[in-house]
Amino acid sequence: MTLLLLVYRSLRQHALSTLVTAGSIALATGLLLAVWTAKEQSQAAFAATSTSFDAVLGARGSKLQLVLNAVFHLEASPGNIAWADYENIRKHPAVKLALPIAMGDNLRGYRLVGTLASEYQKVEYAPGRTYQIASGGRVFSEGEHEAVVGSFVARKLNLKVGDTFHPFHGLTFNEHDEHAETYTVVGILEPTNTPADRVIWIPLEGVQTMAGHDPRAATEISAVLIQLRASTAGFLLDQAINRQGNKLTFAYPVGTIVAELFQKISWFDRVLGLVAYLVALVAAASVLASIYNSMSARRRDLAILRALGARQMTIFGAVVAEAAAIGVVGVVAGLVVYGVLISIVATIIRAQTGVVIETWAWHPVFVVVPLALVALCALGGIVPALKAYRTPVADTLTPTS
Amino acid sequence: MLAITDLAKSFVAPDGRRTEILRIPQFGLAAGAQVALRGASGSGKTTFLHLIAGILTPDTGRIVVDGVEVTALRESQRDRLRADKIGYIFQTFNLLQGFTALENVRLGHAFGPHADRDHARHLLERVGLGSKLHHFPRQLSTGQQQRVAVARALASRPKLVLADEPTGNLDRQHAMEALTLIRSVCAENKAALLLVSHDESVLERFEDRREFSEINRLP
Repeated sequence: MTLLLLVYRSLRQHALSTLVTAGSIALATGLLLAVWTAKEQSQAAFAATSTSFDAVLGARGSKLQLVLNAVFHLEASPGNIAWADYENIRKHPAVKLALPIAMGDNLRGYRLVGTLASEYQKVEYAPGRTYQIASGGRVFSEGEHEAVVGSFVARKLNLKVGDTFHPFHGLTFNEHDEHAETYTVVGILEPTNTPADRVIWIPLEGVQTMAGHDPRAATEISAVLIQLRASTAGFLLDQAINRQGNKLTFAYPVGTIVAELFQKISWFDRVLGLVAYLVALVAAASVLASIYNSMSARRRDLAILRALGARQMTIFGAVVAEAAAIGVVGVVAGLVVYGVLISIVATIIRAQTGVVIETWAWHPVFVVVPLALVALCALGGIVPALKAYRTPVADTLTPTS
Repeated sequence: MLAITDLAKSFVAPDGRRTEILRIPQFGLAAGAQVALRGASGSGKTTFLHLIAGILTPDTGRIVVDGVEVTALRESQRDRLRADKIGYIFQTFNLLQGFTALENVRLGHAFGPHADRDHARHLLERVGLGSKLHHFPRQLSTGQQQRVAVARALASRPKLVLADEPTGNLDRQHAMEALTLIRSVCAENKAALLLVSHDESVLERFEDRREFSEINRLP
C-alpha cells in the first residue's frame, strides 16, 4: 500500500515527464503490435483468400503476377489465353471447377471482371460459403449488359440496383476512355471480405466484345481460376503445363505463391520491426533518463523517507515500481495507439486489395509485447533506483548544528 | 530508554584532515523523560541526534535505545529501529511536499509495525488539523506544517522522540504552541523526548535542561 502511494505521488509530482515518457512507450507498443499484426494478419487473410482456388491458368509469365491479377485483382494481366485453353482445362478430369475471367475495363478505378454466371455461382469463396446477391438483386444474365457490383465498390461509388454506368477502357481510370455501352446494375454482392468486394462482375462476353477492344479478345480470356479434385493433380498439371509446355502458366499452389509475395516484402517487415524495436529501446532509455534526471530533485524526499524508517530496498523498489508503472501507463495507451494505427493499415489494405484483416484477433503477442515493455521499463528504472538506494540521509537532510 | 557510552564521531574536512566533533563519555535518558539540550549552532547537536537515530554511525562507542544496541546494527536494521522506536522532528519540518498532511503522517508509521490508518487521522485531529487532512504542505501555514511534523513523528508510537530545533522556524507565539504540543503529545504517548535548541525561551520550559558542551567533551 505504501509502495503504491509512493509511486502514485511520485508520478503525480512528475506528471509532465511521466506523460512524455509514457507517450514514447505508447508509441513503441502501438508500433510493435501494429507491425506484427499487419504482417501476420494480412498474411493470414491473403492465405485464406487464396484457399478459394487451388490454381490459376494464364498466359506465360510470372506466377505471382498471374495470381495477384486473377485472384486479388491487382497488378496488370500478363496477357490473354485462348478460349480453347479454357475448354481444355475445364474438361480435364482432375478439375472440379474452372472459372474463366476476362479483364480490361474499369469504372472509376474499380475493375470490371467478366465471367460465366453459371460457374460463378458455384464458387465457394470460403468453406461452405458461396457468393450471395443482396435482397432485391439478382445475378447478371449472359449476353446482357448487366452487372453485379461488389459490396465495397457499391458503397464507394454509391451504386444501387437499377443504376446504369458506362465502363472505361483499361485497368486504370481515364475519363477520356469511356465506352459507349451502358450497363445496368442488377445486383449488389453481399460482403465477402475478399477481393470480390472490390470489383464489378459482368458477363464474360461483355468484356470480350466491348466496343474498341481488339477483335481477337472475342475469343480470349485473361485467366482461369481453378479448383482441383485432388491436390496431387496440381503437381501433374504443373509438370504438364509449365515444364513441358511453353504457352501457358499454371500457377499452383496459389497459397505458396502468395507466400512468395510476403517473402519478397519481408525486408520491409524487418525494417519496420527494427524501427519498432529501436523505438522501444529509446522509450526504455527515456524512462531511465527521466527518472535519473529527477533524482537530484528527489534526494531530499528520499532522505526524509529513509529518516522515517524506509529501508534502502523499499526506496529501490519504489523507484523500480515507478518505472514499471510508467511502462504500464504507456502500454495501456499503446493499445489505443495500436487501435488507431491498425485501423488505418486495415483500411488501406481493404481499399487496395479487398482483404479484411482481423485487427483484434487474440494472440499471445498482445500479452508478451506489453509485458516485455513493462519489464524493459522496470529494467530502465534500476539505474536511478541504485542512485536512490545510495542517497546519503544525513548529508541531505539538514545542516549540522 | 537511551544509554550512550564512549561515543566519538569525526568527519574528514575539505582540507583532508580528520576533525573530531563529538566525544560523549556518557549520556542517558529515562523512559518518558523530557530533556532539553542547550547548544550553540555548529556544536554537533544534529550529528548527535543523527547518531542516536542511526542515520549516522559513530567512530566508536555504544548507543542503546530501548534495549537495542544501535551501534551493533546493520543499516537495514537501523532503518527498522527508526521506524519502530524513534520519532524525529526536524527544524525545517521536512514534510514531503507531494503528499497530503494525512499521507505525511501515515508515512510516519508506514515503515514500522504499528501501521494504523485511523491513528494518523486521530493524531492530526489531536494537533488541531482535523479539517486539513487532505491539504498539501504548501497549502498550510508554517505553524500548521510544524504540527503535521509533530504528528508524523508520533505516528509510529515511538519510545523516543528526537526534536532538532523544532521551533527554529516559528515565531514566538507559534514556537510556544508547538513546544506545548510536542511535550503534551509525547507525555500522552509515554514517549521520551530529547530536544536540542539554542533558544532560551524554549529551554526554560524544561525542568531537565543540560548543556551540550558539558556532555560533548572534546579535548
